Amino acid sequence: MSKRKVKETHMPVGECISQVQMILRERFCHQRLPEKPVGMESQHKHLLELLRRTAVHGESNSVLIVGPRGSGKTMLLNCVLRELLEVKDVNKNVLPVHLNGLLQTDDRIALKEITRQLNLENVVGDKVFGSFAENLAFLLEALKKGDRSSSRPVLFILDEFDLFAHHKNQTLLYNLLDVSQSAQAPVAVIGLTCRLDVLELLEKRVKSRFSHRQIHLLSSLSFIQYLDNVRSQLSLPQDFPDTNFYDEWNDDQSVVDVLQRHYNSSKDFRSLHLLLMLALSRVSASKPAIKPTDLLEASRVCMVDSKANILHGLSILELCLIIAMKHLNDIYEGEPFNFQMVHNEFKKFLQRKSHSIHNFDKPVVIKAFEHLQQLELIKSMDSSTAKIQKEYQLMKLLLDHSQIMEALQKYPQCPTDVKQWAIVPVLET
Amino acid sequence: MVRYFTRLRMRRIYKWGGRPYIFDRKLKSYGFEYLNMSVEGQEAVTTVTPGQYILIEGNDDEYPFVAKLLKFFGDESHKQKKALVQWFLRLSEVPQNKKLLLGRSPHPQEIFYYLGRACDNEINAESILGTVDVQHVPEDTPFPEPGTKDTLYVKLSWDTKAFNVLDPVLMQDTPASTPPKPALPLFPPCASPTATPVSRGPVRRALPTPDPTVMRRAGSVSDTRATMSAGKRSTLEAESIHSASKLSASKILSAKRRGSAADTPGVRKKLQLSIGASPGKKMTRADVLCELLDEEMESEKVISLKLSSSVSHSLQHGCSLSPMRSGCKTPNGQRRFPWKLSSISLDRLSPTALGEQDLSRATTPSRRKESAMAIRKPALGVLAEEDSEDSPMQPIALTPRSKRKSAQLVSLRIRKQLNLLDNTQELISDGDDDCFVPSKKDLQSSSDEEKTDSEEETRGRNCKTSVRTPCKTPSKKKDLQSSSDSEEETMVRKTRGRNGKASARTPCKTPSKKVTPSTPRHATPSIPSRTVPARQPGNILEEARARLHVSSVPESLPCREQEFQDIYNFVESKVMDGTGGCMYISGVPGTGKTATIHEVIRCLQHASDMDEIPTFRFIEINGMKMTDPHQAYVQILQKLTDQKVTADHAAALLEKRFSNPAPKKETTVLLVDELDLLWTRKQNVMYNLFDWPTRRHARLVVLTIANTMDLPERIMINRVASRLGLTRMSFQPYSFKQLQQIITSRLNKVKAFEEDALQLVSRKVAALSGDARRCLDICRRATEICEHSTSHPSSAGLVRMNHVMEALDEMFSSSYITAIRCASLQEQLFLRAVIAEFRRLGLEEATFQQVFVQHRALSRVEGLQPISVSEGLAVCQRLGACRLLLLEASRLDMLQRVRLNVSQDDVLYALKAVRD
Repeated sequence: MSKRKVKETHMPVGECISQVQMILRERFCHQRLPEKPVGMESQHKHLLELLRRTAVHGESNSVLIVGPRGSGKTMLLNCVLRELLEVKDVNKNVLPVHLNGLLQTDDRIALKEITRQLNLENVVGDKVFGSFAENLAFLLEALKKGDRSSSRPVLFILDEFDLFAHHKNQTLLYNLLDVSQSAQAPVAVIGLTCRLDVLELLEKRVKSRFSHRQIHLLSSLSFIQYLDNVRSQLSLPQDFPDTNFYDEWNDDQSVVDVLQRHYNSSKDFRSLHLLLMLALSRVSASKPAIKPTDLLEASRVCMVDSKANILHGLSILELCLIIAMKHLNDIYEGEPFNFQMVHNEFKKFLQRKSHSIHNFDKPVVIKAFEHLQQLELIKSMDSSTAKIQKEYQLMKLLLDHSQIMEALQKYPQCPTDVKQWAIVPVLET
Repeated sequence: MVRYFTRLRMRRIYKWGGRPYIFDRKLKSYGFEYLNMSVEGQEAVTTVTPGQYILIEGNDDEYPFVAKLLKFFGDESHKQKKALVQWFLRLSEVPQNKKLLLGRSPHPQEIFYYLGRACDNEINAESILGTVDVQHVPEDTPFPEPGTKDTLYVKLSWDTKAFNVLDPVLMQDTPASTPPKPALPLFPPCASPTATPVSRGPVRRALPTPDPTVMRRAGSVSDTRATMSAGKRSTLEAESIHSASKLSASKILSAKRRGSAADTPGVRKKLQLSIGASPGKKMTRADVLCELLDEEMESEKVISLKLSSSVSHSLQHGCSLSPMRSGCKTPNGQRRFPWKLSSISLDRLSPTALGEQDLSRATTPSRRKESAMAIRKPALGVLAEEDSEDSPMQPIALTPRSKRKSAQLVSLRIRKQLNLLDNTQELISDGDDDCFVPSKKDLQSSSDEEKTDSEEETRGRNCKTSVRTPCKTPSKKKDLQSSSDSEEETMVRKTRGRNGKASARTPCKTPSKKVTPSTPRHATPSIPSRTVPARQPGNILEEARARLHVSSVPESLPCREQEFQDIYNFVESKVMDGTGGCMYISGVPGTGKTATIHEVIRCLQHASDMDEIPTFRFIEINGMKMTDPHQAYVQILQKLTDQKVTADHAAALLEKRFSNPAPKKETTVLLVDELDLLWTRKQNVMYNLFDWPTRRHARLVVLTIANTMDLPERIMINRVASRLGLTRMSFQPYSFKQLQQIITSRLNKVKAFEEDALQLVSRKVAALSGDARRCLDICRRATEICEHSTSHPSSAGLVRMNHVMEALDEMFSSSYITAIRCASLQEQLFLRAVIAEFRRLGLEEATFQQVFVQHRALSRVEGLQPISVSEGLAVCQRLGACRLLLLEASRLDMLQRVRLNVSQDDVLYALKAVRD
């Protein structure tokens, strides 16, 4: 679709392709920062100013960057940091400390990590010695010792900020924010989170110490902008070596449809990148451009229902059991069922309607039932499984009716009586 | 010191040696010549005699206290064994922030002659560990190689403010085995409480004399002026005690009171006055003086009757006060002898004095020294006044006034919030408070000299002294009043005061400066310093922003005058009385609790630097800044003694420290921030914190801070809450006027805000929380917005209404609605499906499966291609991650229950706006 390679090149096609793939992969896998963050100019300015003041004036600050996943929080921060560190006065003068709530799961680990990254004097090699209490006292003492004009500003970057709020007593947050509100070493506490209610997680005295600056990254891209974005994402940089690629937006209706649908589902760039990545990987020497079909195929892969795939791999017996469960769900309005009920339903079908399927032994049916459980298509309702006999454990079906019907349509060589049964339940006579 | 260390583990036996002699008839205490100590199970007996240097059991096993033994005494039953000592300090005992004053690294075996007054120099003789050699090293010679382990070296003296060169005379050894003198004839009954110990030669010699005034009086009995004034002075003192303590006249209490009162600055001054005169009483031995003394006592009695309820106390008091240091602290008032020493010093100097006697207002240094010595304290305006006016009531009137003056100062300070310290400075140096602040250095050096002199004095010269000194007096007195002297002193004081100011301001800000020589094995915590210094604010807005930052220490704390005054009075009274107490302070975050206390401490520290109140230590712990409630012990101990131990050990050490009558104890003010985090199941941490102040010897003031007013009732068990007491204070959230005042005072005439804009901010914040921090943050943000709104940062004008509105919007508006508006179509559809399902069910909760059915129907209505279940789950999870929805754990798959985290109305409002 979008990119056609016009060849007046000295390079072989294969090499060009690998170059293109390298560039675009870097882009899609977030290995390289964009030149300028798009669609968040004011936020960028705000954050840059804030950090610049910390770096240059030694003013302590705290800020939260809030936005849904994939909205570019880390990207924005990294852009700002890159820009900040390009300033000559600054780059030797700030100490960035990166923490992630998923890695530093409690304050003990976080403190060690901070100490290590600051390379304080109790760090030997790469190890931090001392107990938790000692580390805390040491760090606080160190921060207390600094003052606004003479010590280097420390930038604490807390990724997944909300997870830090779950630490015991929020000791770390309290202390960092307290330092940011008192005349000690200048710090900037930057929290990244996707939770809009993050402030409610903070305890009141921690909250009081937070400056309540929040930078919201909520993309309000229109579809047109979204398309522009896709285009720019796929176009090659001007200085692409040797070959001239030019971009030609193919206004194929199917592509727009795909993208529109994607846009409807999610506006973030990660999912877009995933989609484009799949399309990109289909580019090869023999097929040197992305075609609309590639994108359609990629979209299909992205959108596919994972459970439908599992259903396709089931045996007829298992499928029958699932249909029986569906009927039970209809009868009992979503109340849980047990194996015995399913088995009875299944036997009813065998006796009255089945032409193609013969009777199965009960152990075989139990086996099939257990397999379904292992596939997590059905789920046990009560946790104390040990006490109750297998046959009587209460279960629930984790499938929607539409999924079952769709799977039956696509199921290869499905007996018609089974299909019929799925639509019309066996009635009691 | 290893040998003592080992001994500690065994039981030591102490026995008095030598013949006891009656020392104080009334109190039935005896003096003893020496003390035999032996270790259980061992033959060796160590004999300790006055004059020797001894080691005294202290908190630190490895480094026991060092002191010079001056005297032994005990009670009738020989069970109680006491000793008087002159203390020496190790560097580790010097307060952290003063260590730097030394200006060099200390010798490992170096000790300092202690000149402070805060330490009780009466100790339990059974805490003596043994003897030690102390050598005086002259100032310019280097320390000997640290070879012999048991010898300590002394070079400098420490007077709680500075290190001074130690006068070698002070250190000259008295022969350890001075034969005890036979007991003297007892004093006339009226003077009996002051009976002198007879154990040592110098002691007796000291008796006749110190005060030249009195001596002169002895010569001419008709001249009763001095006597009168002496009497007055002691009365004055009694009065001051009376006013200071406001306690009953019960004997022990008042005696004890006196002890503590002697420590309080206001009283100390008066004490010093009386010191000048009191030696008159000591002259009792001379027959001539007996009469005089009686007379004096009479007058004293008369006056003191008026003032204090017990005559005997005032009497005793007058005598016991004579030692210029805290000798008078002992509850039973037995300690008499420091003044002996001081009196003798006169002998040494008397030749010069005689020579110069006729010179009036001589300004030679030697002269000044003498004068300082003679009256013990440098010229005190009060004294001069008294003497000249000769009216009995005046000193009495003076005392309370002067006492009140310190209080006035405080309130003045508060009233004048701005330029606070400068003002005080002026007040102090300008007003007649001058007399309050004797230049300590002079005082102490002189008294030290006196002491040593006393030791080397021979008995023969005794009478000489008594003859000589009297004639010295008048001229000296004049000297004291002489303007040149006092001017000089004022100068000294001023400079000291300024230093004091600087140090008073810094402590809480830069405790980091402290060097920790005792723990060299630990790394020093520090943040690397920057290569380029931070830029200073350039324009008005930047300046305003810097001032509005919460961290900037304001010149004063407006709007908390009442609280400040209450806390100040509470802490000041405890520090002055040397007692302990607890206070509970509550208030929502950002109402200035911690800031107010810091301000109080700063003022008190300033006052103590100015010698208005005794020195104290301030320790701060924060429940949030420790990992476990028991770490509180560790932190307190570390801040007190610089030891690093485990929590259990620290608790034991602290328990010991606060429950035992330890020598050298100054009041500790402990601030416990975020008290609620010190809660444990057994509540033993809180229990201890509140129990220690109630101990008799603890001298601990605990200020606790928490957010909730009813914390004691809610989380504390009865015995803890009861110990916390009822001294409570609650900080109300700021009203909008107060917030406005805070901002205005912070801005301090930097014109950056429109008046209306300020009012809007403060009203808004006051309506929501009354949190000053929030208010300042909003203002700061508004300045930024203002700066960005104009193209050139320099041309930015005032912060106006619209800027403030924008900042308020940013900080207060909920982001949910914007988030919903920015969500993708499917996400919005899902939210609508959720609401539709809720309506259908009539519940605020539904499973994903149910919602998804709705979602499909809705997307059909909207003409969208229906999405698969997997996609639907992804959409749902995204909304859950933003917390627009509350979800169950995702392992429940389709059965997970969904709730809205926003009100339905908000969702509908947001979605409606989108469709329009």
